[in-house]
Amino acid sequence: MEEMYEKVEISLEEKIYLASQWQLIWWKFKRHKLAIIALWILGILYFIAAFCEFLAPYTPETSFDEHIFIPPTPIHIIDDGKLTRPFVYGFNVRMNFETFLREVVPDPEKKYPIRFFYRGEPYKLWGLFESDIHLFGVEDGVIFLFGTDNLGRDIFSRILYGARISLTIGLVGIALSLILGLLLGGLAGYLGGTVDEVIMRGVDFLVSIPTIPLWMSLSAALPRNWPITKTYFAITIILSAVGWCGLARVTRGKFLSLKEEDFITAARLVGCSNLRIIFKHFLPSFLSYIIVSVTLSIPNMILGETALSFLGLGLQPPAISWGILLQQAQDLNVMTNHPWVLIPCLFVFITVLMFNFLGDGLRDAADPYSR
Amino acid sequence: MSFKTYLIRRFLFMIPLLILISVVSFVIIQLPPGDFLTMYVLQLQSRGYKIAQEEVVRLRARYGLDRPLYLQYFIWIWNIIRYGDLGRSFAYDKPVGELIRERIMLSSFIAILSLLFSWGVGFFIGVYSATHQYSFGDYFFTFLGFIGMSLPGFFIALIVIFISLTYFNYNPMGLFSYEYLSVSWNIWKFLDMMKHIMVAVLALGIGGTASIIRIIRGCLLDELRKAYVITARAKGLSERKLLFKYPIRMAINPLLSTIGWLLPGIFSGEALASIVLNIPTTGPLFLEALMAQDMFLAGSFLLIISTLVIIGSLISDIILAWIDPRIRYG
Repeated sequence: MEEMYEKVEISLEEKIYLASQWQLIWWKFKRHKLAIIALWILGILYFIAAFCEFLAPYTPETSFDEHIFIPPTPIHIIDDGKLTRPFVYGFNVRMNFETFLREVVPDPEKKYPIRFFYRGEPYKLWGLFESDIHLFGVEDGVIFLFGTDNLGRDIFSRILYGARISLTIGLVGIALSLILGLLLGGLAGYLGGTVDEVIMRGVDFLVSIPTIPLWMSLSAALPRNWPITKTYFAITIILSAVGWCGLARVTRGKFLSLKEEDFITAARLVGCSNLRIIFKHFLPSFLSYIIVSVTLSIPNMILGETALSFLGLGLQPPAISWGILLQQAQDLNVMTNHPWVLIPCLFVFITVLMFNFLGDGLRDAADPYSR
Repeated sequence: MSFKTYLIRRFLFMIPLLILISVVSFVIIQLPPGDFLTMYVLQLQSRGYKIAQEEVVRLRARYGLDRPLYLQYFIWIWNIIRYGDLGRSFAYDKPVGELIRERIMLSSFIAILSLLFSWGVGFFIGVYSATHQYSFGDYFFTFLGFIGMSLPGFFIALIVIFISLTYFNYNPMGLFSYEYLSVSWNIWKFLDMMKHIMVAVLALGIGGTASIIRIIRGCLLDELRKAYVITARAKGLSERKLLFKYPIRMAINPLLSTIGWLLPGIFSGEALASIVLNIPTTGPLFLEALMAQDMFLAGSFLLIISTLVIIGSLISDIILAWIDPRIRYG
């Protein structure tokens, strides 16, 4: 028994010695429960963004003229004290003459079962594949999981479609920032001297301008009649105009400290070219730090887009993003009487929170000196 | 390096930054097509006014709009330095300086209050978290910190407005409640104003608090692991004295050194939260200016806000160098 015990012990230890850097990071990361949960939730959110046409019961532009500002539809699973398949009630809208507000009264006479893989409105998945199958829907009646907006459009469907812009703008923006940050930060750290001085002063300068006002002024200069895709890319460029600074700082710092390492000197002595040193020796040693700082910068971009669109300076309707959906909440009366227009806030918040958890977990995992 | 040389160097370093910022602001003023005078004249004509041709020529010369672009920049700067004239807002038909002056005080007041709020709350929670590492309280505050980090100020403002309107039937928007609007200044009016400002301070301060907690906690934990703390403990110093004598003093440094990057964030958030809360600071004015392409107003706003941030970080650097000699000698 004792021999076997020892054997297991050694092989475990050997596994650690043999493991690559990435394996070590992954093992450490797996222990960080919040980060794993965050990874799952983000995965689900991006899945939603990818397949929003199928997952949403309606298209984002379908407006139900007679159903304006309808509160979220409750789903029932118990009928007459018995468990049944999920269904929703129909409802009547009437005026309450005491408060002079419209009231939505469920009508227990009308029951609409929720059908899965329901054939509803036709759509084109990714603009390519025509289909009319939705994940769920109801026949004859209507289902608004998060209520409807001022034009009677289903907020749930619109949030799913909005995810596409809101979630990807951070990724595209960060990709641009990453290129700029790696290039300029690397140049500053590797060349040093005047180049370093100029680039780093530039970073200091950009960082001292309050970002939101700068973003606001730049995006206000965008012509309003541009098509959605053009504005989308313009906004990502505006967002990454400041976003690269942090990445450049990290890259420069790592280059500076790695330059003095023995293994770099050794590589240089055996005659490696500059490019080989950069790609074979530098990059792998600080890639993990870059990933961490990328993860932690995505939320800023998402929040930036939300703020700009919320103020009406970013993307313009008919584009759909979470910030654009929130524009409705600017009207006090709308917000207090129909609080479900605030639901997009929740999605932005969850996304940002999950990126922060993920970044935190990655940071712990990537730091070889942490506990 | 003596403290004096450090000060001089730091001041000299500020000048290129200010020049760059003025260039960026000027570029932003120039971004939309047409200059502001054509807009101004059009606006007056659309209202049915007639503007004398001599007046247009005079204004054109005053703001140098008939000169090449680089000269226009120098004229703009010269007008600012010589006359304190930032240009003219055509939407308000007033000098920009006059419009901004009223509001910049309120913006700075709110920004400073929320900085103090973040420091005060963040410092105490940070020290608690570090001294009670891995306790329930530590995890609780770390979690709260994450939530604070992920909630932008204008979300908090929206939520506060919603809650106070629906549950307390109280409108936190604007600078004063309705009943105080036309009352002359007295203590109650002041208190009412503070009540309204506090919402903005809270909305802005929470994000900053979260990052202060993280920094203080990390810094203090590093310090507590050092040998001198262990020595002091071994010699029988009380835990309280042990904590306050050196480690806390070390952990205060980042409070000051973070001003440089907290301030831009606070001014950013201030603009947004004030727009949502409809507080008459520079934020709503800036948004209006951008919407109306009132570019002298917008550009000057950016110039002033960035200058304030630079001055803020200058002050924090000076204080830091003053209390921590390692920085000026390092």
